[in-house]
Amino acid sequence: MLGRVFGKRAARLEWTDIFVYSLGALIVGVVIVGSIMTIQKGTYGARQWFDLVLFGLTLGSIYSLIALGYTLVYGILRMINFAHSEVFMSGPYAAYYLAISLAASGLVAENPALALLMIIGFAMIVSTLIAITVERLAYRPLRHAPTLVPLITAIGASFVLQYTFRGFFGPAIKVYPEFPILEQKIILGEFQVTSLQIFVIVIAALMMLGLHLFVQYTKVGKAMRAVAEDRETAALMGINVNRIIVTTFALGGALAGAAGVLFILVFNQVTFYMGFYPGVKAFTAAVLGGIGNIPGAMLGGIFLGVIESLGPNLILDGLGIPAPNQLKDALAFVMLVLVLILRPAGILGERLTEKKA
Amino acid sequence: MTTQPSWTATLRLGLIGGIVTLYLILVGMVEAFSHRDIIGGVIDMGRVLVFVSFYLTGYFALRRLHSAETNPRELIGRTALAGLANAALVVALLIFFTLVPGVRAIFVSASPALVGLLTFGQGIVFGSVLILLIGAALGASVGALQNVPAYWRTSLITAIFWTIIIGILQELLVITFRNSVGFLTSLLFASTGLSLIGTILVFTVVFTGAYVNARRGDEFRARFQELPTTKQQWITRGIFVFLILLLLSLPMVLGLFFSEVLVNVGLFVLMGLGLNIVVGFAGLLDLGYVAFFAIGAYVTALLTTTSTEIVFAGGWPFWAALPVAIAASAIGGALLGIPVLKIRGDYLAIVTLGFGEIIRLLFLSDFLKPWFGGSRGIELIPKPFIGSFELEGPQQLYYLILAGCLIVAFISLRLKSSRIGRAWVAMREDEDVAGAMGIHLVRTKLMAFAMGAMFAGIGGAIFASKLAIIYPHSFKLDTSINVLALIIIGGMGSIPGVIVGALALVGLPEIFREFADFRLLIYGIVLVLMMLVRPQGLWPEARRKLELEEIKEPEAGAVGK
Repeated sequence: MLGRVFGKRAARLEWTDIFVYSLGALIVGVVIVGSIMTIQKGTYGARQWFDLVLFGLTLGSIYSLIALGYTLVYGILRMINFAHSEVFMSGPYAAYYLAISLAASGLVAENPALALLMIIGFAMIVSTLIAITVERLAYRPLRHAPTLVPLITAIGASFVLQYTFRGFFGPAIKVYPEFPILEQKIILGEFQVTSLQIFVIVIAALMMLGLHLFVQYTKVGKAMRAVAEDRETAALMGINVNRIIVTTFALGGALAGAAGVLFILVFNQVTFYMGFYPGVKAFTAAVLGGIGNIPGAMLGGIFLGVIESLGPNLILDGLGIPAPNQLKDALAFVMLVLVLILRPAGILGERLTEKKA
Repeated sequence: MTTQPSWTATLRLGLIGGIVTLYLILVGMVEAFSHRDIIGGVIDMGRVLVFVSFYLTGYFALRRLHSAETNPRELIGRTALAGLANAALVVALLIFFTLVPGVRAIFVSASPALVGLLTFGQGIVFGSVLILLIGAALGASVGALQNVPAYWRTSLITAIFWTIIIGILQELLVITFRNSVGFLTSLLFASTGLSLIGTILVFTVVFTGAYVNARRGDEFRARFQELPTTKQQWITRGIFVFLILLLLSLPMVLGLFFSEVLVNVGLFVLMGLGLNIVVGFAGLLDLGYVAFFAIGAYVTALLTTTSTEIVFAGGWPFWAALPVAIAASAIGGALLGIPVLKIRGDYLAIVTLGFGEIIRLLFLSDFLKPWFGGSRGIELIPKPFIGSFELEGPQQLYYLILAGCLIVAFISLRLKSSRIGRAWVAMREDEDVAGAMGIHLVRTKLMAFAMGAMFAGIGGAIFASKLAIIYPHSFKLDTSINVLALIIIGGMGSIPGVIVGALALVGLPEIFREFADFRLLIYGIVLVLMMLVRPQGLWPEARRKLELEEIKEPEAGAVGK
């Protein structure tokens, strides 16, 4: 990016570019100064840092799973599926009812692994169904409409889903039953890991591995890549584009449903509006990694999770800002804005500011 | 000849209608609306909602048919079938609710009260039969009405529509007009909803009016056309003056409550006109628009407040703070615009959403609490004065908002066809081509952001002094979506559309309190349905209407982009 500015377009360096880059430099400067000051102050020991990084990895692997949904859909349709955050919410929301009935029947106590798998599986099914329904009812009729039209529809669909869940199941916050198996602590020398964190990271890694294998080595995965490359040519090659699009939404939905349950296992509460922040952050993660790029989304998610977990303590604390954790969402948004402005192609790269069509 | 859709297709349509009805029931609308009577003790709004669904199913079934070629009996039979299928699903739901009482633990609206409501308190067996009969009858009525002359049909539907509306408004109308025309309100209305006499009266009056209009309206319009031009001008001018006088006298006529509603509508008109410049004219989808509203409100609050908890409390009068607030919003708009100059479409939406949230989170944080008051916000904001006259309540503030709206609408109107306005439209259509034609993209974009932000800033300033206290919670994403929804329902780029949209999306929910819970649900539905069915909006801008028609036509043949 910098090379582009100073090389090919050096002659057209405008005052707005200078403004943007100095803004970026200012933020990066604040980050560096804040980090140095925090480390010098030495409020946190190695153990706290380890905990923060581990929490960041846990959160980040969840963001990665959601980000994959954005990236898959964007890769094929060149549209941001704004309703994806509600797809993420709907699975664990519906699975809550399964979870409490399983807890009541005693299965959670007897065979927690089976219970957890059932809950995750159910959430994946519900999220998949919701994702497919939204695609069928709201997006498919608008496939050839001007860009803003599907985006506005997606925003509308997102609100419809949120308030449908609120209307159907009530506005109260719902709390998942407890899983004692996930609360065990594993001591590694000075550090300590909970079984929940291992569970989340392992499940997320398995899902991502599964997706990778699916996309790379199955016939449908190959077709998906072909459609992402060039929809018309793929259609001419005999690929049923509509079916591939539905498959993509289904895959993204399934991953989001699983991510939703993992998210609830970490934070315990289900609400109809819980999708918004994780959704926007996962989108940031997708952009961070280069949208449309599958390994990029995984990487971006982990990166964002760690930043969000470390950032407030590392950067803001040193600057003497009170209650830095209040600003962790703001930090994620600053990351988003910064990435889109300074490196819109993301870490692993994908052209996106220019129209690809 | 085109073939008729099969009877199964009609049945399927009825079942889709039934799913819609079930949705309305499960999401809680029917129950929530049932607390408002339309005709006292006879029928409430919740049931009317279900009945409207039955009727509309019949209507859509009819539209699929080639009614001119179908014999009247088949028409009635088919629409009745659609209504019956719709009602059958409702009955199935009711039986399910009665047989499986545990379902209430999942669906909060599955209460015995709801079952009682839908079965008219007649018990599940008799009630179900009743619903099926009503469904079939309402469906059949569509087919039957097809056989009467059109003027009859429209007059009848208009009369029913207005009877329902006036019934819903009972409470407000009674409060507003009790003191001026008390004899009329006590005649028309029962303690809830219309009285029986009132129903008959309203129905007859509206029916007669609509009937006369349908039969003789053309005649009157033709006679108006025949008048000499000067006379026509006088009549239109008279209507114009009458409208102005009406606008000026509204708060006095309508009283406190409606003035409050109008003030809120006005605030959204201001924001809508601003966002209309950014989204409608320039085609830049801004989801963090509420940030500029917030900047306007916070600057006004800071400069005028007399609170001692804020470090920098100005204690200025409103009129001194207003220009500063407007300037601050405009500068904020331009500053936020610079980084996003090169970002397009979807990404712009997300970045602006991010900006909006950052601004709100900063206002909310403990970090900036000494300056902005954190989650407690800023208190003790004085009201505006004109001389020594305080604009204390909504009835006075109305004039301030009205003046603001008129000025902003006038500016928008002039901007639209000005050089910069045309540059915006060119940029909306194709940025690269616009740039190649010599439009200065940076300046044009920043102008759009600054102008839009400025209008929102005016709204924010008035908002702050109206409420006398502001919190960060008033400036959530929901407000941005609300403004977006209203310009989309009105028609992007259309100035009268903004006013229509604000009246529909802000005014209606305030008048029907039962809507409040479903407000965002309805906005979502509006956004989706408008995009699917009528992307040009209710009151479209002429140019955009043409574009959308152009896009639709070649779609069938063109495979490429």
